[in-house]
Amino acid sequence: MTLLVQTLVYLAAGVIAAPLAKMLKLGSVLGYLIAGVIIGPFALRLVGEQADVMKFAEFGVVILLFLIGLEVRPALLWSMRKAIFGLGLSQIVVTAGVLAGAGLLLGLSPRMALAAGLILAMSSTAIALQTLEERGLRQGAVGRASFGVLLMQDLAVIPLFALLPLLVPAGLAAHGVGGDGGGHGGESLIAAFPAWLQAMVSMAAIVAVVVFGRYIVQPGFRFIAKARLREIFTAAALLIVVAVAALMQAVGLSPALGAFLAGVVLAESEFRRELEADIEPFRGLLLGLFFITVGAGLNLGLVASQPLTLIGLVIGFVAVKFAVVAVLMLIARAPSRTTFAVATALAQGGEFAFVLITFTLGAGVIDPDLAAKLTAAIALSMALTPPMMTAYEKIADKVESKKPARAAPESDPFEAEPDVIIAGYGRFGQVASRLLEGSGFRTTVLESDVDQIEVLRRFGRPVHYGDATRLDLLRAAGAERARLLIVAIDDKEKSTELVETVSKAFPNLTIVARAFDRLHAYELLRAGADSVERETFEGALSLGVTALRRLGLRGRQAMRAAAAFRGHDQRMFDQLAPAWAGDFDENYILASREAARTMEQLLASDLAQLRPDADSWSTDSLDAQLREDARN
Amino acid sequence: MAHPAFERSRANRALVRVALGSPGVAVRDLYELYPDFVIDVRAEQAALNDHAAIVLQYPIYWYATPALMKEWLDLVWLHGFAYGRGGEALKGKRLLVACTTGGGPEAYAPKAMHGFPIEVFLKPMEQTAVLCGMKWEKPFILHGAGVKSPEALAQASERFRKRLCALTEKCGR
Repeated sequence: MTLLVQTLVYLAAGVIAAPLAKMLKLGSVLGYLIAGVIIGPFALRLVGEQADVMKFAEFGVVILLFLIGLEVRPALLWSMRKAIFGLGLSQIVVTAGVLAGAGLLLGLSPRMALAAGLILAMSSTAIALQTLEERGLRQGAVGRASFGVLLMQDLAVIPLFALLPLLVPAGLAAHGVGGDGGGHGGESLIAAFPAWLQAMVSMAAIVAVVVFGRYIVQPGFRFIAKARLREIFTAAALLIVVAVAALMQAVGLSPALGAFLAGVVLAESEFRRELEADIEPFRGLLLGLFFITVGAGLNLGLVASQPLTLIGLVIGFVAVKFAVVAVLMLIARAPSRTTFAVATALAQGGEFAFVLITFTLGAGVIDPDLAAKLTAAIALSMALTPPMMTAYEKIADKVESKKPARAAPESDPFEAEPDVIIAGYGRFGQVASRLLEGSGFRTTVLESDVDQIEVLRRFGRPVHYGDATRLDLLRAAGAERARLLIVAIDDKEKSTELVETVSKAFPNLTIVARAFDRLHAYELLRAGADSVERETFEGALSLGVTALRRLGLRGRQAMRAAAAFRGHDQRMFDQLAPAWAGDFDENYILASREAARTMEQLLASDLAQLRPDADSWSTDSLDAQLREDARN
Repeated sequence: MAHPAFERSRANRALVRVALGSPGVAVRDLYELYPDFVIDVRAEQAALNDHAAIVLQYPIYWYATPALMKEWLDLVWLHGFAYGRGGEALKGKRLLVACTTGGGPEAYAPKAMHGFPIEVFLKPMEQTAVLCGMKWEKPFILHGAGVKSPEALAQASERFRKRLCALTEKCGR
């Protein structure tokens, strides 16, 4: 089958199945999985051998980890150490132990039982996080605990590759095991090195990623951003992920873990939002492909021939995994709702398990029969996760509704969402944003001028690189939950365009926009801005006040003259707004002439009252009356 | 209504809520309308003309109104409008002062902290009403604004609601 036809099949399957599943409230993950089964070798036979596609699709997991890394600043990672090492490590050890014990009881040899236990202890990062994301749980305590465990499992894969071959009975041990590592260890260039040297090289690779991220990637991005080639920026972002994955693979580490590390290194970079927005679509597509390949790889023949064994196996190991996480979290006194959500999310087998199965099979640790059963059972358990999560939510809601109402369970996001997004951080945006920050509001700043960002960074002001007219970037910056957007970009057409798209895409976001002049102000209001401010107006008025004072007016008097002027100008602005139809047509010119005449007169009479001889606090009429009264 | 730190106020906020919920009552929040102290004299005079009763609601600062309310009186209640020759715009209207104090009622007495009954400090307002030909209503006073219990505040709000009803004659039936 040609590449083109294969692409066609996968894309069509995804495009049809995912929205359909979403509509049926099954979640897109299940949709992809079912689509995979349908096009797979056991149903329609539209696609054949999965190994190649699988390798490609696994890159989706690598990108997922990179994106997660971007959200996790080093400080946050440190604060998650309990979830990672406490819960994560104990989950692996206890789950593997219990499952290995069960394997022994079922008559497996000790080494097969232990290998199977370790393999099944892994959960699916892709399925768990995607399922949580769809239910809006990824940001809170549930997401954090789940992610901690998944990260630890990723870490654990590395020593597992080293340890699992040791289970091979002496004498059978083959050198150069690995076979198809699917990205794990298999293609390591340093496999022949002694262990201590391998460790050193691995460490060096990690240090290299950190140093590269800090000192090479940053200036590199600045250089690319200056060239203003959007597709090259995307290419560079992908290049980083691929390069890190390749490096990690070369030294025998997990590419996903390397991508995560690279993400963390870049989490504090000004290009973070742009990277997120650029790579996000690849993540979605490749993960979808990944789920489809899992579905297509499901050996329906095996399921049909031994249904009871497989059902028993799936129910058995899912129940054990659920129970272990639940018990561990309850011991740590996590709230019950969080506990069961995490336990449900992590109960399936993982994509690394497939890799480990291939690896251990190649190493002679497990036999082909067990490998086939485990593969089928894990794929089935993955398909079970979305419906399990739905069932869990229904049960939890029922239990919850019986209990007296409690405060909202968790609002503990990965990172605080901003109140205000500021688009454009030049002379104008800076003043406005500093005022807001000084008043205690959280802001996220987007600026597309790289030189400007560099200067600001030197002054310690965190600014994100990005073109704010891009919807995906605004979304990554938190536009869905922010309260207000300040449009302060130094480009007339672009700012109107931005106001127009934002007012349509995020109708509940209040838009305050900088206008160049009166006509631009009308355009912005028409495009959907809630308030506008002409950029030079207040400055010019303020200069006028200074001039009046230099001419001898008292401060209060000059200030009041400016206020009168401002009031009249505002009235004229409002009065002419309806006449403005997008260009200087006759109506507008006539109306503005008319308005200008009456306004000038009103203003002149108001300002006349403010002159030294006729102040607003004038007592002329009172004095006149008093003089007259005295005469009578 | 004038309160320079309305966002921190409890008592004046409660009273404003009452006023906003009363039929026939328009609230002009001066510090929100004129944060720069530049008062739109024409608009304010028009608002005075449109109503039969005027309520001045404010916290007592140094035995007087907050600065912006004094500015408002200075600029809006002009000779020729509010008093003097041709100044009959307010004639016959009723004037109610609704003010809050920090201390309790016992602080406004001879030999107590403030030395005089609260009515003494409201004399300038009373005379303003007289000069403009207005009918002076018995002031509504809410003592101990910052320390009142929620229940006591609710009671005071109810009292204020009744006073407003009596002024507008638009409720209670």
